[in-house]
Amino acid sequence: MSQSILVVAVTAAQVMLALAMALALARMIRGPRAQDRVLGLDTLYVNSMLMLLVFGMRTGSALYFEAALIIAMLGFVATVALAKFLMRGEVIE
Amino acid sequence: MSHAADLPPGVAVVVAFFVVLGAGLTLVGSFGFYRLRSFYDRIHAPTLGTSWGTAAIVMASMILFSALQSRLVVHEILIGIFVTVTTPVTLMLLGRAALYRDRAERNPDVPAMDPPKGSLVASREDDGEPAAAVAQPDVSGP
Amino acid sequence: MSRIFPYPLMMASLVVVWLVLTSFSPGQLVVGVAVALLAGQGLAALHPVKPRLRRWDLIPKLVAIVLYDIVRSNIAVVSIILGGPRRVRRSGFVSIPLELRDPTGLAVLSVIVTSTPGTAWFDYNAARGVLLIHVFDLVDEEGWRELIKSRYEHLLMEIFE
Repeated sequence: MSQSILVVAVTAAQVMLALAMALALARMIRGPRAQDRVLGLDTLYVNSMLMLLVFGMRTGSALYFEAALIIAMLGFVATVALAKFLMRGEVIE
Repeated sequence: MSHAADLPPGVAVVVAFFVVLGAGLTLVGSFGFYRLRSFYDRIHAPTLGTSWGTAAIVMASMILFSALQSRLVVHEILIGIFVTVTTPVTLMLLGRAALYRDRAERNPDVPAMDPPKGSLVASREDDGEPAAAVAQPDVSGP
Repeated sequence: MSRIFPYPLMMASLVVVWLVLTSFSPGQLVVGVAVALLAGQGLAALHPVKPRLRRWDLIPKLVAIVLYDIVRSNIAVVSIILGGPRRVRRSGFVSIPLELRDPTGLAVLSVIVTSTPGTAWFDYNAARGVLLIHVFDLVDEEGWRELIKSRYEHLLMEIFE
């Protein structure tokens, strides 16, 4: 009983997160400006991190949590560097 | 998901509710991000995913693993804290970069450098200085 | 004492994070304390500004207000995005003159403004103390100014200044 509830919910969540990732990717491709693409990449990072958390719930393994933590950190650093680049035209001043 | 076979149904319902709520909010946020028209509107939409979307999924994961291992599992909360602390930094930097680019192009939709004292900017523009020099962003903030 | 533990709160939370990420055992506690000591020395070498908290007791009130506002604005933004163009929605910039000057208080205010869907922090002019935010559903400009000032700024000034 509880297993089937969880299977339905987790599958639904994975489908929704995959759609969300597709929408973020579509906005990233469509632009129209560089800041839209960077924001799209940031949204994609957050969505994929949530997707990994849901994967972890599905398999019951703690490994996905660590991957999600790394994606969150890399996404933060990447977005900050790109925003810096948009502002100044160079990453390191 | 055979590892969740002997989970109490009440816990399963709570976990299912939170995971669907979080994924749904994230989807709505990304949908708004795709659909809204200007960048300044779009910057609001992904915060749905980073505020309650992340919080709900982290909460679901914490409840599920605590129930499965019969002990308190709280390490997922680190992701929640990390996302809460880092999102303002990324959005602020990105918003400032967008504002700077729009000001440099003299886009009429964004406020000028000094919104309450617009006369200062206007008089300097009258001197024929390039817009980029007038619209230097203020980088001395926190 | 303060040379060994320059930032007690930060070091204590680092030990807790270490234990949460690994396991609650005496061995990990020793390693975690060692990591916290090293990190404390490293941070002390950077000489960051030490935030001062004047009113600890007001922090739960602030957290409660912020959590409530995040839930409320989540619902508002979801209904706007899904509601379609039934109503003419106007978004725009609002500039707010702030009295709050404490860097930590301003950082907390930026986290609050940004994590609430519907408002985004764009620019802060430190010389003049003017904050520029963008509001997703701007009905009343003066109302937003009043809201930020009375709801968050006064509380943050009491806590940090």
